[in-house]
Amino acid sequence: MNRTRLLAVARKEVLHLRRDRRSLILAFLLPVLLVILFGYAISWDVKDIETAVLDHDGSGRSRELLNAFWSSGYFRLVARLERPSEIDALLDRGTIRIALVIPPGFASDLDAGRTAQIQGIADGTDANTATIALAYARAIVRSYSNRIRVAGSRAPPIESRTRVWYNEDLSSKNMIVPGLVAVIMTIIAAMLTSLTIAREWERGTMEQLAATPVSRLEVVVGKLLPYLAIGLMDVVGVSLVGVFLFGVPFRGSAALLMMLSLAFLIGALGLGMFISAVARSQLLATQLAMVATFLPAFLLSGFMYDIAVMPKPLQAFTYLVPARYFLVVTRGIFLKGVGIEVLRVQGLLMIVFAVIGLFAATMVFKKEL
Amino acid sequence: MKSRWRHRLERIGGMVGKEFRQIFRDPRMARVIVVAPVIQLLVFGYAVSTDVDEIATFLVDHDRSRESRELVEALTASGAFEVVGRSDRSGDLVLALDRGDAAVGLEIPAGFSTALRTGSGARVQILLDGTSSNTASVAQSYAERIVQEFALGRTVPVSSAAIDFRERPWFNPNLESRDYNVPAVVGALILLVCLLLTSLAVVREREIGTLEQLNVTPLTPGELIAGKTIPFAVIGLVDLSLVTAVSILWFEVPFRGSAVHLLAASILYLLSGLGLGLLISTVSSTQQEAFMASFLIFQPAILLSGFMFPVTSMPEIFQWVTLLNPVRHYIEVVRAVFLKGPSIEALWTQYTALLLIGGTLLWIASRRFQKTAR
Repeated sequence: MNRTRLLAVARKEVLHLRRDRRSLILAFLLPVLLVILFGYAISWDVKDIETAVLDHDGSGRSRELLNAFWSSGYFRLVARLERPSEIDALLDRGTIRIALVIPPGFASDLDAGRTAQIQGIADGTDANTATIALAYARAIVRSYSNRIRVAGSRAPPIESRTRVWYNEDLSSKNMIVPGLVAVIMTIIAAMLTSLTIAREWERGTMEQLAATPVSRLEVVVGKLLPYLAIGLMDVVGVSLVGVFLFGVPFRGSAALLMMLSLAFLIGALGLGMFISAVARSQLLATQLAMVATFLPAFLLSGFMYDIAVMPKPLQAFTYLVPARYFLVVTRGIFLKGVGIEVLRVQGLLMIVFAVIGLFAATMVFKKEL
Repeated sequence: MKSRWRHRLERIGGMVGKEFRQIFRDPRMARVIVVAPVIQLLVFGYAVSTDVDEIATFLVDHDRSRESRELVEALTASGAFEVVGRSDRSGDLVLALDRGDAAVGLEIPAGFSTALRTGSGARVQILLDGTSSNTASVAQSYAERIVQEFALGRTVPVSSAAIDFRERPWFNPNLESRDYNVPAVVGALILLVCLLLTSLAVVREREIGTLEQLNVTPLTPGELIAGKTIPFAVIGLVDLSLVTAVSILWFEVPFRGSAVHLLAASILYLLSGLGLGLLISTVSSTQQEAFMASFLIFQPAILLSGFMFPVTSMPEIFQWVTLLNPVRHYIEVVRAVFLKGPSIEALWTQYTALLLIGGTLLWIASRRFQKTAR
């Protein structure tokens, strides 16, 4: 590879880019806009669960228990009911997500030392929310139950001390924002380069390029350099938004993040370049880039859905999704503050992917020339 | 009067026929229309699971007693936890969590069994990887419940809980997340198909220059729009039946409501998809731009629909914004029709919203379209 020729190709690409203002604006603005939109809108945190109460007992005890529900901040009272049949209608309409039923004799059972009962009826359609809501309800009932247990009874026989690491208050924002860095960069990178080679074909400048003494690898790498710079700036921009706007902790090393981002971006940009060389038309290229990156990056990288619970063949497929590795890197550096000793497998795999990406793009490109 | 309407229908029919021929002249279109939605539904259906089971658990058992083994068995017997590694050193536990090899760490201190037997308050430590906040909160509640039940099982019945909490999840007793997610995918896919096909088809005609030819035919603008959009509405409904059939037959999602409900809501929903597609085609001059615009609309529409993230968990401003999102209302109907089998009264707000949003979008789109077509 000749440095002068390489830089000449890079300069030519920069000139192209400067002329295409719309793409340039998109390249810088889109990632930041996406992370802001996603960061605000997306949340799995369950709070203010709409709750209806059917209190047949109406005693001081039942009110005390219900107050424990309201003061927890997880449950919000939306209706006091008189008849069980009302529960059906409210659940059907989706007005409430959980109904608490306190039977008559609740207080007298407790006072007599008998086990009292209460019932929680949840809307199970949203399995995730229902599971969490029932877990909160269970915890509230248990702690109230422990509190009123007659004095002199033994302490609970096993105390389980639960501690959450890396994300102490289990805020889903802390989990989503670093993941977004990986997902957004996958999509942006592929979209950035997917047009470059196709554009030359459509405009007929490919023949000119073929006539110059530039080698294939020099064209691919030279075209890639400007986008690599844009991609790195995007990573910085998105990370800054995450840390300063959303208050996501950044516990690891920024230098390491940049180094691993570099490896990841080369692979992702190479993939876009490969698609561009195969597609030959800008429209087909964007479509292919979208299909090849969007769905896999969102669904199969572990960003939103746990890879561990997917069926085995799908799990195997996720190893081909580079966002999967970059996601471990961003979450690891942001939240866990781990170093290269933990991330070296991911780093190596991303380098392998980068080499394959560059190689594939160069190979396909050659056929066309 | 009657014959005028007949002519009108004939003209629209002719145009619809021409559109269909045009669509299917490209053999790739059949793939886009039939194969793509089914494949996407299959990938989504399998990938989109928030069920939590076999959570990778790292075990450090300093006690190595019968009791500690029994506690571990109680945890794994539920199927929620799976021991993926064990060690004698706490440091290994930290490393396993750092590496992401395990999502849960369980440490049983020495003297656990003695404390349990003497009743002096045994302790176990449970560490959770919070980077996956959803899994962590579910794992936390599972673990605490199992430990408490294990503890209660080993003491005299007197100390049973004062209050017994009975749980009953309705509509989805096993709390299967797939039953909730697959119907929503139906809504997302139909919008995507409608949006892309409509916007691209109209823009293509402008790119090739055949839109001008259409203007000199005796078709009125209204007929032109009807002729353009009806084929895509039909394709949308075919796709709807296709993905609904796959959901029921392949994923075995229950279908408790009536097909009439689903069809009625789908037709109203298609108004929005077609309106948006037309609108995009009025602002784009190339297929490339139309594609980008579709993508830029599709993404927030799905994000703010309650498909993957519950609307009630969003900040209040976004909750209001979702009211303008047809996807939100349609997904509510689809989920209800599949899982709840609701009455018409339970859904009338969604129907009204879909009609209003769809009607407005289609109206704006056709007005702009008529102007740009001139």
